[in-house]
Amino acid sequence: MKVELQNLTKIFPSRNKKSGEEVIAVNNFTFTIPDGKLIGLLGPSGCGKSTTLYMISGLQKPSGGKIFFGDDDVTELAAENRGVGLVFQNYALYPHMTVKQNILFPLQNLKGADKLSKDEMLDRAYNAAKLVQIDELMDRKPSELSGGQQQRVAIARALVKMPKVLLLDEPLSNLDARLRLQTREEIRRIQKETGITTIFVTHDQEEAMSISDMIVVMKLGVVQQIGKPQEVYDDPTNLFVAKFLGTPPINVFEGEVKGEKLYIGDAAVLDVAGVDDQPVTVGIRPEGFVLDPDGPLTCNLNSVEVMGRDVSVVSTHAASVNPTVRSIIDADNQVATGATVRYSLKPHKVFLFSKADESRIYFGVKSDG
Amino acid sequence: MVESKHKWKAWLYLAPAIILLIVFTVWPIINTVRMAFLEGYNQTAVVGGATYSFGIGNFTKVLEYKGFLTCLGNTMLLCVLTVPLSTILALLIAVCLNAIKPLQRLLQTIFFLPYVTNSIAIGMVFAAMFNMVGTAFGGENELIITSGIINNIIEFFGGVPINWINSGSSYAANMVVMVVYIVWNALPFKILILLGGLQSINKQYYDAAKVDGTPGWRVFSRITVPLLSPMLAYVVITGFIGGFKEYSSIVGIFGEDMGPAGEPGKLNTMVGFIYDSLVTQQGRASAAALILFGIIFVVTMLNMYVSKKKTHY
Repeated sequence: MKVELQNLTKIFPSRNKKSGEEVIAVNNFTFTIPDGKLIGLLGPSGCGKSTTLYMISGLQKPSGGKIFFGDDDVTELAAENRGVGLVFQNYALYPHMTVKQNILFPLQNLKGADKLSKDEMLDRAYNAAKLVQIDELMDRKPSELSGGQQQRVAIARALVKMPKVLLLDEPLSNLDARLRLQTREEIRRIQKETGITTIFVTHDQEEAMSISDMIVVMKLGVVQQIGKPQEVYDDPTNLFVAKFLGTPPINVFEGEVKGEKLYIGDAAVLDVAGVDDQPVTVGIRPEGFVLDPDGPLTCNLNSVEVMGRDVSVVSTHAASVNPTVRSIIDADNQVATGATVRYSLKPHKVFLFSKADESRIYFGVKSDG
Repeated sequence: MVESKHKWKAWLYLAPAIILLIVFTVWPIINTVRMAFLEGYNQTAVVGGATYSFGIGNFTKVLEYKGFLTCLGNTMLLCVLTVPLSTILALLIAVCLNAIKPLQRLLQTIFFLPYVTNSIAIGMVFAAMFNMVGTAFGGENELIITSGIINNIIEFFGGVPINWINSGSSYAANMVVMVVYIVWNALPFKILILLGGLQSINKQYYDAAKVDGTPGWRVFSRITVPLLSPMLAYVVITGFIGGFKEYSSIVGIFGEDMGPAGEPGKLNTMVGFIYDSLVTQQGRASAAALILFGIIFVVTMLNMYVSKKKTHY
């Protein structure tokens, strides 16, 4: 089922009546989620991603805009009639019911033509349980399950009624690191097997990038960028998106463009064709540095962290906005243990942003080899 | 550990409470048991030098005494009628209160008022409300006939006034008044506990139920009630314990005669029986108190047993 959001807006009235300041949680969100895709809503806390999810679920009413499931306008439809499956951040499993009763619960609510016989219900509950691999835990209470197992039960409960859309609110935030890795692959697998359009909310960019077909990066209620994870990573539209995606995070420098050359400090580090002279903010991905004894960018070497596959070089630079500059280079490279380290830069890993509004300034790369 | 070093200090700090408990709780309990097993024990006679032999005569006498069975019957009936009724009503009111936003605080306060009001005073108001005929008032020839407000309402709707509590009233009418009064009096505490319980239920359960299209009655029966079951169990258990100790409510409405004019003791309860025996027959009173304790103990155990099976903690 295709999900279409048109100018979706949510305004929360101010708590303080005197100041009358409203909070715009979601501002003019327009996006069409293609059928059968896994979409990650990504942003820091308070960016409106959960509010968007709850508006799609019907638990919150939009202040403006429209929501379509397929061709049906569901904006005014109550949550119970939308046919969505929702997995809550802390799962909200009914603690007094067994796993089986929890999964059966949505089925027992079906009325009229959708009403199922007892056997059909059990059948579907067991199928859903098998899908998330908890069919052996059916008679346990939620309190007797681990976090990961509870998560699976919550997903099974959301899937059992065969929802048109599956919504997951921070599905992995309550799991430990190892389980998180495993579960996110699991969510991907389940989504692929069922083909249900799935939207999930996360503040963890790695999580979103790793399993989503598309990611939506949000900030203060405004969508910053929508695209395939790799595209957004490789081609951020503004400084916020560039900073938000990637671990280790992007290195940010104060720089200046003079005569189509980018200066960081006094050194001209890169040719930037087609950019007017102006001060700029420079973002350089950690993997955008190349060790080069004659390289234009000279940093003071702090430490070298060996991580097996590759090496992380921590250094400082006067023009760096962050306290340290972190680069990641292949472990085959020998890092000189001098006082300074010199780099040349990979042009496609370097992004320029306007000082005024942090938007991206594109530059042409000279193709001289 | 630190505690072993200053054990005497701990005892010192506990001493005031322990001494008071021993003097006013532990010793009276022991003394009650002692008096219950001394045949025909009478405090005033003890002062005169009387001695008593050990035996279970007090208990057999209590059980044989016809008035005791009336008291036991009244108490049981009041418990069985008022506890379920007040619990169900309190649950409904608490759920409704929890569902509304405006006026919630105000209504909560209003519902809580009976709790902080003297039960004898409330009883007198109830007695006035359920009155049949007025009393002679003022001078010799002045007779003002007043009907209670309840009978006024019945008359307004064209009904025949009922003799609720006055001389010659029926047992059923008396019981209705008592049940209404006790339920009304028991509501505030129960509403308070249940409302507190409701407010501590995670809202996400309701959101989850809503997304799954759960009808309201099913949300209530499958989610609210089970999640509220620890509070319900608490309210029922304390309700039964309180119900078995019912006394002042009857005094409030019928006075110390414990019944309508001309029929003293008609609505007497276990505690009333103990009170009546206390003046001259401390042995019998003690035995009755122990019997009451035994009944409460058994009923509470039964309650706990049932609630353990039905309660989700």
